[in-house]
Amino acid sequence: MTQVIYDSTFEGWLTAVFEIYEQKFEDVVFAKSEVSNTLLFSERYFVETDLQKAKRVLNGLKQKLSSEGFANIYKAFLSEIDKMDETLFQYVKYIFSSAINVEDDLSNSPVLEVRKAAYLTGRESHRMKAFVRFKLTKDNLYYAIVEPDCDVLPLIEKHFTNRYADQRWLIYDAKRKYGIYYDLENTTSVQLEFNANSNSSQFLAEISDDNEEFFQNLWRQFFKSVNIESRKNTKLHLQHMPKRYWKNLTEKIPNLKK
Amino acid sequence: MVHERVMEKLAILADAAKYDVSCSSSNSTRKNKNKGLGDASGNGICHAYTEDGRCVSLLKILLTNHCIFDCAYCVSRKSNDIKRAAFTVQEVVDLTIGFYRRNYIEGLFLSSGIFDNPDYTMERLVRIVKKLRLEENFNGYIHLKAIPGASAELLREAGLYADRLSVNVEMPTEKSLKLLAPDKNHIDVIKPMEFLKEEIVGYNEEKKKNYKTPLFAPAGQSTQMVIGATQENDLEILGMSNYFYEKMNMRRVYYSGYVPISYDNRLPVIGTPVPMIRENRLYQADWLLRFYGFNVNEIVGFDQPNLDLDIDPKLGWALRNLDKFPVDVNTADLELILRIPGIGVSGAHKIVAARKFKRLQPEDLQKLGIAYSRSKYFLAFASPFQLQRDLTSIQIKDHILNTQNSKYKNDFSNQLSLF
Ligand code: SF4
Repeated sequence: MTQVIYDSTFEGWLTAVFEIYEQKFEDVVFAKSEVSNTLLFSERYFVETDLQKAKRVLNGLKQKLSSEGFANIYKAFLSEIDKMDETLFQYVKYIFSSAINVEDDLSNSPVLEVRKAAYLTGRESHRMKAFVRFKLTKDNLYYAIVEPDCDVLPLIEKHFTNRYADQRWLIYDAKRKYGIYYDLENTTSVQLEFNANSNSSQFLAEISDDNEEFFQNLWRQFFKSVNIESRKNTKLHLQHMPKRYWKNLTEKIPNLKK
Repeated sequence: MVHERVMEKLAILADAAKYDVSCSSSNSTRKNKNKGLGDASGNGICHAYTEDGRCVSLLKILLTNHCIFDCAYCVSRKSNDIKRAAFTVQEVVDLTIGFYRRNYIEGLFLSSGIFDNPDYTMERLVRIVKKLRLEENFNGYIHLKAIPGASAELLREAGLYADRLSVNVEMPTEKSLKLLAPDKNHIDVIKPMEFLKEEIVGYNEEKKKNYKTPLFAPAGQSTQMVIGATQENDLEILGMSNYFYEKMNMRRVYYSGYVPISYDNRLPVIGTPVPMIRENRLYQADWLLRFYGFNVNEIVGFDQPNLDLDIDPKLGWALRNLDKFPVDVNTADLELILRIPGIGVSGAHKIVAARKFKRLQPEDLQKLGIAYSRSKYFLAFASPFQLQRDLTSIQIKDHILNTQNSKYKNDFSNQLSLF
């Protein structure tokens, strides 16, 4: 049994796949660099991320899959589901060992697991396209904070870049402590830490544009006005807007000043 | 903007607009242009869901709830004693842009009561869209109500800037319309629909020849019928829908379960429950027409003018046509698989894809996410040979209803999973 340790990035994992084939390892388990429980394994192998090797694996996969099937591999990886790197490796082995495209062979477990994981990530990235709520600062930056279960920022970057081409914006993933930032030219990922008091209402009031609070209240008013009381259906409401997202949704945060 | 006044107007004019149930913001082809604001080319996004579970995707408001007409089913009717308000052109523009920039919405759905006369009202609506497109370089989605009776010139201009246009027929038959909206005729609604259809077709043809032709209502037109305010049966309603789909190239027909808002004795009294189950069944039937290859006569007929309320229309059809079953999903055509209760469009496609790798068994169907407990009564598996118990349609219906959970008992809505 070999423990293959990589840097937890997608490229790192792809490099690992390349080297597992190259080194002809038989039994492998994956570990991300920070994990150190290694006593159980006879052998450890450190992978150094290599974009060339990563690319070769991707090219191999591309030839074996439809464009959707190909995209699903990355999506499944971003799901951050426990042991997804291993499931994906089994899936990749199956892909490379078959002469035909196996992505629709859903009665095969890894195929199904990967498809499900990709679906989860896809669903959440769709939700983030919906649930991002920008707030405007005094210096004309539209910023939003999100805390998705899956690492979806790479998947929604293009959508927001296309849509908000004439305003500076930042979407910050508070769980993973990085964001994507558009400066009117390019969108790049940025590492930042918010300090502890950055959430205090006083701080927010200081940095916000004068009209920001008014617009948030207008939106709350609108959300309230479009509801039809006689059709109330809480179950359906929660199914579409799960509670875990509420804390970053303006319309779900009561206006305390009122 | 004068904050308090705008807040109050928003409360009044969003409230008055909410009975129009259309929420779609998809099917347009409008892309971001010259690094401006917005993009309407993707699939529509629901940015929030109301507490009744409906999608909120557009800033849906009336320009004004003043109206010279007196349609009994409408909150804005002339004789109704309510607070009236009207936005200015600039206010609607500022609200739309401010909401869109914050990612609250996909765009604007602007409707209006008839202020003074149709052209006067339509002219203002057009002015707003024009301003959004030309001055703000806004490329988000815009759904504009075409006011019946407005001039062709204004309708055409509306089409050049909006993504979708709609004229609501509201009442499924002329008789009901005469009863409840004495100022209106069906022909006033059909005429602008026909005009828009011709224009949409014309621009599309032109666009094929010359890609520089401007977009004209790229997301087509839609309409809405109020359900349960009057006596029509489902045969009349779905017959009307079918006419709109076939003759008017309508993209969507919406069904709005009547919410009692008036003590008028021509209408159901206040407190009558909204016919949500029936509304849901109509949406399901509508889906069968558009995505499942069903003909309207297969769903309702003279011998059976109303949809079953206790079961969905697809199951209803299957039970009336047991001779078409059982179906072997390993060999049957996609069209037939689509007709099996418990299997939806995506399920049917998954089956057709997965059966290339192996003969599918019941457990495989469950893995594919098929509602096997419903579909099993209609399925045949060649091997291993399984004896199908010969059940009558009444027995099957009982079995299914008994194993279904609350989904078919209490809370219904038009956005329940469809099959
Ligand atoms: S014309 Fe329209 S707004 Fe006016 S009363 Fe009739 S339905 Fe309502």
